[in-house]
Amino acid sequence: MTLKLGVPSKGRLMEKTFDWFGARGMDVRRSGSEREYAGSVGGIDGVDLVLLSAGEIPRELNAGRIHLGVTGSDLVRERIPSWTDRVEELARMGFGQADLIIAVPKCWVDVDRLEDLDAAAAAFRAAHGHRLRIATKYHRLVREFLQAAGVADYQLVDSQGATEGTVKNLTAEAVADITSTGETLRANHLKLLSDGLIHRSQATLFRSKSAPWTRQTRAALDAIQERLAAKM
Amino acid sequence: MMPTKDQVRAEAGRLQGLFLEAGATAVDPDILQPADTLLDLYGEDIRARAYVTADPLQGEQMLRPDFTVPVVQMHMAAGQGAARYTYAGEVFRRQEVAEPGRANEYFQAGLEIFDAADPEEAEAEVFVRFASALAPLGLRAAMGDIGLLTAAISGLEASAPRKAALLRHAWRPQRFRALLDRYSGRVPVPPARAALLKRLAVEPAAEIMAATGPQIGLRAPEEIAARLARLAADAAEPPIPAAQVTLIDDLLAIRAAPVNALARLRDIAVDMPALDPALDRLERRLDVMRAHGVDLEALEFEASYGRTTMEYYDGFVFGFYAGGQPHLPPVASGGRYDALTRVLGQGREMPAVGGMIRPGLVLELATGGAA
Repeated sequence: MTLKLGVPSKGRLMEKTFDWFGARGMDVRRSGSEREYAGSVGGIDGVDLVLLSAGEIPRELNAGRIHLGVTGSDLVRERIPSWTDRVEELARMGFGQADLIIAVPKCWVDVDRLEDLDAAAAAFRAAHGHRLRIATKYHRLVREFLQAAGVADYQLVDSQGATEGTVKNLTAEAVADITSTGETLRANHLKLLSDGLIHRSQATLFRSKSAPWTRQTRAALDAIQERLAAKM
Repeated sequence: MMPTKDQVRAEAGRLQGLFLEAGATAVDPDILQPADTLLDLYGEDIRARAYVTADPLQGEQMLRPDFTVPVVQMHMAAGQGAARYTYAGEVFRRQEVAEPGRANEYFQAGLEIFDAADPEEAEAEVFVRFASALAPLGLRAAMGDIGLLTAAISGLEASAPRKAALLRHAWRPQRFRALLDRYSGRVPVPPARAALLKRLAVEPAAEIMAATGPQIGLRAPEEIAARLARLAADAAEPPIPAAQVTLIDDLLAIRAAPVNALARLRDIAVDMPALDPALDRLERRLDVMRAHGVDLEALEFEASYGRTTMEYYDGFVFGFYAGGQPHLPPVASGGRYDALTRVLGQGREMPAVGGMIRPGLVLELATGGAA
């Protein structure tokens, strides 16, 4: 049995992943035509490359259908319940950085922290008859974060894209989204809450705890980890 | 040996039979409940605990996580006076983290009494009926009274908005503590708030708001201005005296046999007379329980009992536990939930008390299977 390594199938995330493995003596590349989702891993025996959408890699790791996978740490935390029981972080890869944050309209001069958001939510609900809406696609992470902070009287509304526009469009009062530079937030007249950082995400190499760890796959993992250790 | 589902169903029926004998009407709420009601009651947190499913026409639905909410809705919608209901059936609880002893679906058999005539009598009756149904198991019983904390909050030397904020977070101990620390001056206001307050002292709120750029979103400028005014008023308010915070701490720490607990609470009430009405109710409840033959010395009264797990219970609360098996959920639990009838009553309210027993756990304990 070969070790299955899942990596993102396109874009900058894929290129950077290939570069990262390359710098560690592993020749990870796509093979075949530009459009064919096939790839190879050179430099280590017994490893198969599986090209996947980055968003599907957490699911495949959780199901144990791939042994290792590269994806954003935010996606693993969002999509795998009790993720530390299911996967292990082998290496933070130092790219794909993005922060999951909570942002509110800049004109809310009275709101700087989560406690302000909570107070504003209570008053908003009394005034408008519905809970204060926060647009996000990170339902689990945001809910757990707000619960721990004791924020009440809010509701999450699903937003799979253009989340920063929801406030202006009156479909949400606040947003919880990924940002790297904050430019999109500023352009949409939003500001970060000073204690609203939910998770600092980056591309991460994960090991599935439920994948079949046989003598061969274990040996391949050892060889990979040696390469990672040598670089560090 | 674990009981089979048929055995658990039969046990639920047997327990329901006891409540029917007590004059309760059997009710059978739908398994699919509109998610809106539960989300508005419990907030987004309930999504972690209940199964949400979508109906193309009726929108989000939840598999009933308990019976109390639909029973209260039904009773309040019917607009009747005194009534008592019993139910027996399965509830469904989603779990994001596996916990031993917690099932995703299990049976409940329950009794709910809506009665304004004699609240303490109704509370004692529910407790006594549960205690006698569970008597063969030799369980440990605990009780508390959420009404003590709410009475203490109302007795604080604080403005109405501060009391409202504390009451709103009475269920969230950490947040409650943070608010109390802030209001009592134990913890200073954060720097950004301090800077804002300084600006507010010299600059009109409208100018501060205008300087931030375009006004976007549904939260109107008047709402922002209103909160700024509240922040300024809050900053001008004197701190809650440290002695009063100590009284709240003392109250929440009480854990003793009911009679001793009541004596200590009376001591606290010397400095906080707002507690007196709640203590009179507690005293009367204990008297009625004693008259029903309850051995109060065998009970434990915990002033903070049910505070984190029983949102919307707002008075007497109780639970029955298997001794020496802390991993098991309570075999039975319940309490007073007047607040729930108020929230679901659309302008009406009705004193109500009730509780539920887990027949599956009763059988496991009876046969020694829950070791």
